[in-house]
Amino acid sequence: MIETKNINFYYGDFHALKDISMEMQAHTVTALIGPSGCGKSTFLRLFNRMNDLIDGTRLTGECLIEGENIYHKSVQVDELRKKVGMVFQKPNPFPKSIFENVAYGLRVNHIGDKSYITQRVEESLRDAALWDEVKDKLKKSAFELSGGQQQRLCIARALAISPSILLMDEPASALDPISTSKIEELIHSLKKDYTIVIVTHNMQQAARVSDKTGFFMLGELIEYNDTKKMFLNPEKEQTQNYITGRFG
Amino acid sequence: MNRLRKIGERIVEVMLTLSGSITSLAILLIILFLFKEGIGLFNNPEIEKGYVLCLNSSNPVEKLTPYQIKQIFDSEIENWKEAGGTDGEIMLFRFDEIFNMYSDEELGEDYALLPQKLGEVIAQNPDIIAFFPEKYLPEGNRSVKKLPLENIQVQDFFGGKEWLPTATPMAQFGVLPLILGTLWVSLFAILIALPLGLGVAIYLSELANERTRKLLKPTIELLAGIPSVVYGFFGLAVIVPLIQRTGHLPVGETALAGSLILAVMALPTIITLAEDAMRNTPRAMREAGLALGATQWQTIYSVVIPYAASGITAAVVLGIGRAIGETMAVLMVTGNAAVMPHSLFEPVRTIPATIAAELGEAPAGGTHYQALFLLGCILFIITMIISISAEVISKKQINQGL
Repeated sequence: MIETKNINFYYGDFHALKDISMEMQAHTVTALIGPSGCGKSTFLRLFNRMNDLIDGTRLTGECLIEGENIYHKSVQVDELRKKVGMVFQKPNPFPKSIFENVAYGLRVNHIGDKSYITQRVEESLRDAALWDEVKDKLKKSAFELSGGQQQRLCIARALAISPSILLMDEPASALDPISTSKIEELIHSLKKDYTIVIVTHNMQQAARVSDKTGFFMLGELIEYNDTKKMFLNPEKEQTQNYITGRFG
Repeated sequence: MNRLRKIGERIVEVMLTLSGSITSLAILLIILFLFKEGIGLFNNPEIEKGYVLCLNSSNPVEKLTPYQIKQIFDSEIENWKEAGGTDGEIMLFRFDEIFNMYSDEELGEDYALLPQKLGEVIAQNPDIIAFFPEKYLPEGNRSVKKLPLENIQVQDFFGGKEWLPTATPMAQFGVLPLILGTLWVSLFAILIALPLGLGVAIYLSELANERTRKLLKPTIELLAGIPSVVYGFFGLAVIVPLIQRTGHLPVGETALAGSLILAVMALPTIITLAEDAMRNTPRAMREAGLALGATQWQTIYSVVIPYAASGITAAVVLGIGRAIGETMAVLMVTGNAAVMPHSLFEPVRTIPATIAAELGEAPAGGTHYQALFLLGCILFIITMIISISAEVISKKQINQGL
């Protein structure tokens, strides 16, 4: 589904990702863990080309999604991003109504069919386990929601355009424990329809939600394995040290 | 030591509070002074202080409006019929004409006989209207009828269409052409500056690369620092002749010239503030839009501009404020004809230009002087409304939803 081949990534002179090759299967949850600044977020943002927004970056190697190199000249970035949705670290709803937030992706895709939009908004909000909480106040500002609700709204917003891959960049790090567990349940239920890649600081979270885990350190992929194996019996000593909390 | 520091801090605190209150007080006093001087206008009689208007008692006209009096003395009304009287050609009599009719001897020592002679003149001419100092009023002459005169009326001031502050005997203080002239010039200035300013702001904040931005932004900010008289000079030397030639107009000093200059002058404000507002759109907002597959332009108009809307509005309002209050450049290029604006290709006159041009020749404390102060009050109120609305809009919380 997602495959990287010898990815090297530079911010100016800084070598942020070093020769990373990795494969992620469809309908799995892959967690990327590692200490701050290890490159896991940079790696995640390769898949929807969010790094393009930063000046002075450079990439070598190949990044394939469904067999297609997404950094090929012929790829249209906005089309790619419709296939690869993203949820950010901090909830970032638009200053619009709840309904319009979810409908945004459809509208920028020039979908004008009102009944279809209404239907998609409801489906997305249901998929994001938010529908029951907001169905009576769809016209209200998204800012009236709690932080956890806002984050689920952002997930619903990403789901509305039916991506096949969902990238999550520490989606629960700004949330309280109850909201966090809701997001984690949500990740479980979304797995059957989406391929999910999640960056997290929280190792318990990685252990709880993911099928496979990649451990990054200083721009290198130290270990990539089944989550169970990774947390019970890691192959590398560095991984062992990190997940047992000896550093990081 | 600690005690000393506390005392020092206390002293600084008191001084800051004092300077703050003194500044506020000074501003308040200036405003009060402005209004006090201005409001005095309505305590003045319609015609010059110390003068009277008299008719022959046989004339059925009992009262004339200020505008009628002005028309009579401008010979725009020549028959009493038009002023509500009976048929008869109006005979204008100004005070100095008495010296053509009678010699100094006939008028007596210290002009003691002057009132009597005036009375005779009025008595002999049934269609006369005479304008002379009140101290020569022929008391007791039954064929002389003094016209009742009122103080200047508020509705004449705000509703009058003629601004002729030095006309005798009846100065006209109709500020409507000036207010409309100000709004007219400002309106078109904003119509020009708004799309241009927003366009440049969008370009600078969203499209330009870092180098272009670093070059352009200070240049634009520099525009704000050019003295307005220089803009006026440029307008007079370049824009005015250009408008005259391209439009085949009798004069190039037109509302359009003023609007163009004001637009250029308002641009730096609009661009700088709107660009700041757009750049303050959190990165997360842009990324959210882009991550949903929006193109750059879609992100600009559906995320950045709505997010920066309050800042952009404030920028526009402050730009308008600058345009309305601007004096020098407008004074130089608009031709300063105090007429109701009908088109962009005619001279107009704005409130600030009027004050600047006329205050020097208005005797202090006089009617004209007070009228100019009242104009200042009007301008103050207009700009205050604009500032307050800018404040309200920019404070309007973004999370009120759209």
